[in-house]
Amino acid sequence: MRKDFKLSAPLDKDTVSILDAGDSVLISGTVYTARDAAHKKMIEGLNEGNNLPFDIKNSVIYFAGPAPAKKGEPIGSVGPTTSYRMDAYSPITLKLGVSAFIGKGKISKDVIDAMIKYKAVYIGAIGGAGALLSSHVIENEVIAYPELGAEAVHKLTVKDFPGIVVIDSRGNNLYETEYLKYKK
Amino acid sequence: MKNIHCKDITECVKNLCIKANCILNDDVYAAISKASEYEESEIGKDILKKIMENARIAHSEMKPICQDTGMAVIFIELGQDVHIQGGFIKDAVNEGVRLGYKEGYLRKSIVFDPLIRKNTNDNTPALIHYDIVEGENIKITVAPKGFGSENMSRIFMLKPSDGRDGVINAVMESVINAGSNPCPPMVIGVGIGSDFEGCALLSKKALLRPIGTFSDKEHLKSIEKELFNKINSLGIGPQGLGGRFTVLGVNVVCAPTHIAGMPVAVNISCHVTRHAEEIL
Repeated sequence: MRKDFKLSAPLDKDTVSILDAGDSVLISGTVYTARDAAHKKMIEGLNEGNNLPFDIKNSVIYFAGPAPAKKGEPIGSVGPTTSYRMDAYSPITLKLGVSAFIGKGKISKDVIDAMIKYKAVYIGAIGGAGALLSSHVIENEVIAYPELGAEAVHKLTVKDFPGIVVIDSRGNNLYETEYLKYKK
Repeated sequence: MKNIHCKDITECVKNLCIKANCILNDDVYAAISKASEYEESEIGKDILKKIMENARIAHSEMKPICQDTGMAVIFIELGQDVHIQGGFIKDAVNEGVRLGYKEGYLRKSIVFDPLIRKNTNDNTPALIHYDIVEGENIKITVAPKGFGSENMSRIFMLKPSDGRDGVINAVMESVINAGSNPCPPMVIGVGIGSDFEGCALLSKKALLRPIGTFSDKEHLKSIEKELFNKINSLGIGPQGLGGRFTVLGVNVVCAPTHIAGMPVAVNISCHVTRHAEEIL
């Protein structure tokens, strides 16, 4: 049965291993946004011997690029971007210790294999619900690559940020199982 | 002959950029609402309700419905009896996009070169499609398009012998391939005929037709109905997590083409299918 969890981020690997595909989660704590250009820069930086802009061990990476904040608000709309575009980089970030990705849409077998190997989960947030999701962000700071604009790495403090475990650390995958129940 | 000043064009485009991105059109909202009533999947139903709540928050706070406020795709129907004063129409439109994306706190998502990839930081240039029409008005339609769904769009250069089945198969293949990526429930624009670039433009224009309406051409209407039912039998469902509603609407348009060909473009859009228009 689907279970409900309140998770704190960073997310320890013991917690990761008890999550099952289909569970609903509310995430509180620190998550980092990174999408196409930030991933490219992070991996290029690593190859040149630089450190990543945040502590990646047990981290939660949110594939997202927020809209700008209005005055007096921490952030603008911030829903997930499509995850497969980060497939080239995700096995590397998983190896370095990422515990969870928040995104939307399918990811490759290579990434899922790495999730199983290094114990991580893939959490789906509702794509296109950026205004609603922004209400769960209480702090927002650009910590790397400000020159990338919307694609900079943001450190977000979130409270009860809602998601669904789409792929768990054993490779169970809602994108593979759920449509079959409704297929005619 | 009517004079229209560039500053009015700029003001209009600015306002339409903000409106289109923050206020979900009634037809799309109604389609989501109806889907939420009939959705059989519990997760799917919950997602659809949250999507509606999101739209209401976006409207009341004038925040973008989706953070991907898109490439500013702009259709201009320029009456041939209009005289534009005070500058160049293209500059006026781009200035409107620049101001709209700044003042509306919309995301700047355009890079100046596809390989060098440096952000222009003001969401320009807009992608502007001009049509010269009769009359002395300018109709401006701003249709911001996010790339989560745009990336899933396809073009098929079919043969005449592929016929109606070829069209159906092309759309089904595109939707199955897209799966959970383009933020289902989707809206699908299909352009049939014209040529390679013409069918793509037709498919984008098809997305402007209100959801829940059908083509006035019987042969296209039957394709729309068949595709709607077939796609919603795939089970992909809201956000790809299973369910009855994978698509909110399928809009098909066609145009004359060559004796040797039958181009088909499938422009996939998301549940935040947006546009706003105004006549000057």
